[in-house]
Amino acid sequence: MGRETPKQQQVSYTVEQLVAVNPYNPDILPDLENYVNEQVSSQTYSLDANLCLLRLYQFEPERMSTQIVARILVKALMAMPAPDFSLCLFLIPERVQMEEQFKTLIVLSHYLETGRFRQFWDEAAKSRHIVEAVPGFEQAIQTYAIHVLSLTYQKIPRPVLAEAINIEGLSLDKFLEHQAANSGWILEKGHGRGQLIILPRNEFNHPELKKSAADTVPLEHITRIFPILG
Amino acid sequence: MAAGYDYEEAPGTYDDANRQDVGYDPNFVPDSVKSFVVHLYRHIREKNVYEIHQMYEISFQTLSDRLFKDTPWPSVDAVAHYVDNDQVFCLLYREMWFRHLYARLSPTLKQRIDSWDNYCSLFQVVLHRVVNMQLPNQWLWDMVDEFVYQFQSFCQYRAKMKNKTEQEIALLRQFDQAWNVYGVLNYLQAFVEKSNIIQILEQEKEGGEQFTATDGYDYSGGSNVLKVLGYFSMVGLLRVHCLLGDYQTGLKCLLPIDISQQGVYTSVIGSHIATIYHYGFANLMMRRYVEAIHEFNKILLYIYKTKQYHQKSPQYEQILKKNEQMYALLAICLSLCPQVKLVEETVNSQLREKYGEKMARMQRYDDEAFAIYDELFSYACPKFITPSAPSFEEPLVNYNQDAYRLQLKLFLYEVKQQQLLSGVRTFLKVYSTISLGKLANYMEVDETTLRSILLTYKHKTHAVDSDGKIISNADLDFYIDDDMIHVVESKSVKRYGDYFLRQIVKLEGVITDMDRIKLE
Repeated sequence: MGRETPKQQQVSYTVEQLVAVNPYNPDILPDLENYVNEQVSSQTYSLDANLCLLRLYQFEPERMSTQIVARILVKALMAMPAPDFSLCLFLIPERVQMEEQFKTLIVLSHYLETGRFRQFWDEAAKSRHIVEAVPGFEQAIQTYAIHVLSLTYQKIPRPVLAEAINIEGLSLDKFLEHQAANSGWILEKGHGRGQLIILPRNEFNHPELKKSAADTVPLEHITRIFPILG
Repeated sequence: MAAGYDYEEAPGTYDDANRQDVGYDPNFVPDSVKSFVVHLYRHIREKNVYEIHQMYEISFQTLSDRLFKDTPWPSVDAVAHYVDNDQVFCLLYREMWFRHLYARLSPTLKQRIDSWDNYCSLFQVVLHRVVNMQLPNQWLWDMVDEFVYQFQSFCQYRAKMKNKTEQEIALLRQFDQAWNVYGVLNYLQAFVEKSNIIQILEQEKEGGEQFTATDGYDYSGGSNVLKVLGYFSMVGLLRVHCLLGDYQTGLKCLLPIDISQQGVYTSVIGSHIATIYHYGFANLMMRRYVEAIHEFNKILLYIYKTKQYHQKSPQYEQILKKNEQMYALLAICLSLCPQVKLVEETVNSQLREKYGEKMARMQRYDDEAFAIYDELFSYACPKFITPSAPSFEEPLVNYNQDAYRLQLKLFLYEVKQQQLLSGVRTFLKVYSTISLGKLANYMEVDETTLRSILLTYKHKTHAVDSDGKIISNADLDFYIDDDMIHVVESKSVKRYGDYFLRQIVKLEGVITDMDRIKLE
């Protein structure tokens, strides 16, 4: 394994270069496919390389591997809130999207896009074979869930958080302690209804923090009237 | 599905070839044409860009209108001896010849293939030989624009396999490299790379190079052709990627051009409009509505102020068409992301006039609303293509609408996901605080569903920009404290600073004018 790693790094460096310099080239298709598998196993991600591959599949549909496409979509899902999943779908023919595994992935994406986390985790549990094939999936979705919750809540009830990140009981306690120690979360006792979690302040859940750029005048505009003032 | 989406161009069949041939002698060269090519050839040799531009823009149009209303120009073989059989001039002449053909007539398959060959030859010359010409930016833009257009047209044509004759199928099989997507993309990419345009633009920012300042022209005795073709090819790549549905990569291709400033892309109105239209559309599909609204607003205002100057130009019709399409796209953006303060007064009143009623209906998110989204999208979207070669197996089908149908479907899917947000917005406008329970009641959903809806609102109104940062699109925002919703309205602040600056400059102008008046 030790000897393989530098070689792997060399390959991914070359693939990124290929995508930047010579993307419209059918010969790089196998490299791009390998790169997808590498992203999966090493928990890295490259949207540009994956879009390049989806384009090549579009140019030569006979060479498409639905397994690779499915993996790309799972990785894209993990990149939320970025719209990568739809960006990939734009390049996948409709008849391919009608296949069972893709319909499932689209449903999963739909649940995440519309904040239906309980339904998401239920469906994901039914589709283990798709999502467990990609390490880091669970953590990525939990990160996304926390992101959306942080946009929305100053204080969030424990059950709501639990449902969103699919962690309960003692595991949740440990998780909350970790977040409190490292990410500035504050754990508070709610009024009779249970624990409240105070999420870190940002400009989205604390609008007073939003820098109002509305009425500032940039310096370049003022320089226009220097001759008049002078 | 809106019925209106069909490629305007009639398929090129052999009947059309006959129509072309009626009364057309490719070898007959009227005197005015002889004079035209002789003078154009001389001006090109003498690098007289102004004269070239006059002849290209005006004389060519006038002659076309007078003599070649529905026939092609004389063949290149007939005029070659007037211009010393100059290879490059002949390639340029043929480029104009085909462009005229596509505009006034329907090209046959053979003509499409021949045009591809001509572009290949012309581009090889520019890429691999030292070309000592200065051509007007209008012409160089038209070359790239037409190249992409003919590619798009070919894909549309090829995808209609159903009524193809045996000869056409045989030709398609034989010349399977003509207008292949790899070739098109690689030529555009080659121009970008060989011209070094990206580095030139970079160095220009640091004061090392002169490009934009000279409008791309080379005043030190060299040629502007490769550099400017490289520059316009970036817009060409954006356009091709939009046709394929790859918006992310399209925007990446445009990145070296700073669209917040004037540049060579604004030196030709066709290029300016094409750039912003595709930039805006790509951002719309990537859910960056504020960015799209911002750019559409700017260009629509610009067109409003300047279109009168282009009334006589051959591009006028295209300008008007794109203008209408961008109003439709703006209507879509504003319905999905109500941020009216981003739209300038003049543009807003035009928008109200054209789409006021439709926008009101779109925001109701009922079945009728989806039909209107469908209609506007179908009217305004690019002519998406399927780039792969057709299957020649029976039964032959038409698949020219597949690409469009997919993009439309995914777009409407996104609209549907945002359906419930309109209702939320209505309530948030009225309350400064409201409990989750109460709002759930009013909206006739349970609390859990309401929490999901509110999360959706937040997610959809906070887009991820090109740097990965979160940008809020929301005109109306809120946060939740346990079970209380606190509404925050971003106040539209009057821009006093800007207003005073404008008035100061205006007053100064008036005073200067007054000073100039000599009283008797």
